[in-house]
Amino acid sequence: MFSDFIHQFWPSTIDGLSLGAVYALVALGYTMVYGVLRLINFAHADIFMVGTFAAMWTVKTMGVSDLGGLALVGAILLSALVAGAVSGGGAVLLELLAYRPLRKRGASRLAALISAIGASIVIEQLFATIVVPQVFDLPKEKGKIAQAYHFVHRTDLIDIGPIKIANDRLIIFLGAIMIMIALDQFVNRTKLGRGIRATAQDPESAVLMGVNIDRVVTATFLVGGVMAGAAAALYYARFEEAWYFSGFLLGIKAFTAAVLGGIGNIRGALVGGVALGLFESYGSSLFGSQWKDVVAFSVLILVLMFRPTGILGESLQQARA
Amino acid sequence: MLLEINDIHVHYGKIAALKGISAEVDEGEIVTLIGANGAGKTTTLKTVSGLRPLTSGSIRFAGEDISKMPGHKRVLAGIGQSPEGRGVFPGMTVEENLLMGAYARRGNFSKELAEVYELFPRLAERKSQPGGTMSGGEQQMLAIGRALMAKPKVLLLDEPSMGLAPKLVQQIFSIIVEINRRGTTVLLVEQNASQALQIAHRAYVLETGRVVKSAPAADLLDDPQVRAAYLGGGAEAQVGAPAEETPRDAAEAGPASEEEAPRGGAATGEKTPPVAAPTRVEEDDESS
Repeated sequence: MFSDFIHQFWPSTIDGLSLGAVYALVALGYTMVYGVLRLINFAHADIFMVGTFAAMWTVKTMGVSDLGGLALVGAILLSALVAGAVSGGGAVLLELLAYRPLRKRGASRLAALISAIGASIVIEQLFATIVVPQVFDLPKEKGKIAQAYHFVHRTDLIDIGPIKIANDRLIIFLGAIMIMIALDQFVNRTKLGRGIRATAQDPESAVLMGVNIDRVVTATFLVGGVMAGAAAALYYARFEEAWYFSGFLLGIKAFTAAVLGGIGNIRGALVGGVALGLFESYGSSLFGSQWKDVVAFSVLILVLMFRPTGILGESLQQARA
Repeated sequence: MLLEINDIHVHYGKIAALKGISAEVDEGEIVTLIGANGAGKTTTLKTVSGLRPLTSGSIRFAGEDISKMPGHKRVLAGIGQSPEGRGVFPGMTVEENLLMGAYARRGNFSKELAEVYELFPRLAERKSQPGGTMSGGEQQMLAIGRALMAKPKVLLLDEPSMGLAPKLVQQIFSIIVEINRRGTTVLLVEQNASQALQIAHRAYVLETGRVVKSAPAADLLDDPQVRAAYLGGGAEAQVGAPAEETPRDAAEAGPASEEEAPRGGAATGEKTPPVAAPTRVEEDDESS
């Protein structure tokens, strides 16, 4: 068992990092919406799922296969753009239909949470019963994974002793890093980004400063959705499958990553995502892949027992209270 | 009139917090609203700045009806507020907080920034300190300075003395006078009534959501009923003497927020006389 782990250390690390980067991108959407609205947007998982279908649709439409090198980078970039646009639009629509009407009526947070769960089920079933059979012409059976369009030709791009990095892993990791840098610039350098931070820290004060909360909320859902869509395209490049229910487990893991890092904290989502990816990957090489989720979630419970606010928990939140 | 508040009613759910408040603020004035916890002072300010919707009545500002204007647009119209509890952005530095004050404006704010730092040298020393790690007095300065960054025509100040040591209270009040002297109209909400009445031109006394008295501030300082209810009681009170105010400050500086107030207000309800006896004021403080 342990010799497997040693033997598998570098491949596990690389797998963990690239998967963790995807978790982190999705976790950012959870954590940003939570920061602004104090809402766990459970339908965010399905915004990701929509993105995987958008990525698959892009690959299907391009009609490509067996890509490597720069052509692969271009194909993933294009699918990320399409999926980002679709998921971003979907997230904005979700907020308009499922959350804004409740917010305007001053409904409780619990009502919004129930609405989130309802929206999640609606999106899943829409895909299962309409989109998958009609747009993709794939079998109707709900459990069936809609997988058909392979386009990645995997090669080891980097090969230094025990460290072998496949092209798709590298593209996923670097792509995720680039998106995170862009997000950091947006949140810290732009006016709307400052509005988002102000709203997260004190919504009433933000209004007094002239921040349009509705616009901030729309921007937050848009940015979260775009990142989930881009993450979905990267995920599709790795697993090349889309399933109407694929958001469920990935969503739970991304949400876990957000909590692990400290919900509401953007850097926390990054740390939590990468940490969860690594735990899962190491857990899988230590105990076998069927144990990976057990290991990942056990680590979550342990971390929360000793640091209830997560790794980078919002100490500022306490300073405010 | 710069600001006209016309018979406004405001509800929290089914509970009436304001039951027909009317008040006016003229350009260049300092006007203060005084009253006990739950009288509706904070709610009045929040309604003027657009954080609370009106049930009925109207608010006119600079000749324009702003009753339906969304809160975030009222800053540009010229209403700046330093909220109750200061509302400093804890994760932003002092300078970032101040720049948030100019969020609605375009252009270069270095002149305003310099002006705020001149008014509050303490803030200039702490430009890059996170707002959440500042002391109460510094946060109050930051909240006022931030509101000034919007170049407001009227500055709404909600309990600027809350929780501050008497010496700091004096300092904050003299800065308020200075801000007014430089041309900003001030609407001040205070529980520290004697301090407020000393710097204000006019005052309104609020009691469970209604205005029970309005007069020039100097007259209220001499009004026996007001003295009894809000200035530390009776003839022996020496208005303005810090030594006499300190115990009251301590009693009022608790965490009680006016958000909770309508409960208390509704409970004591209509039966109370227009200006309450000192004993009741104390009960009110304990109950909240």
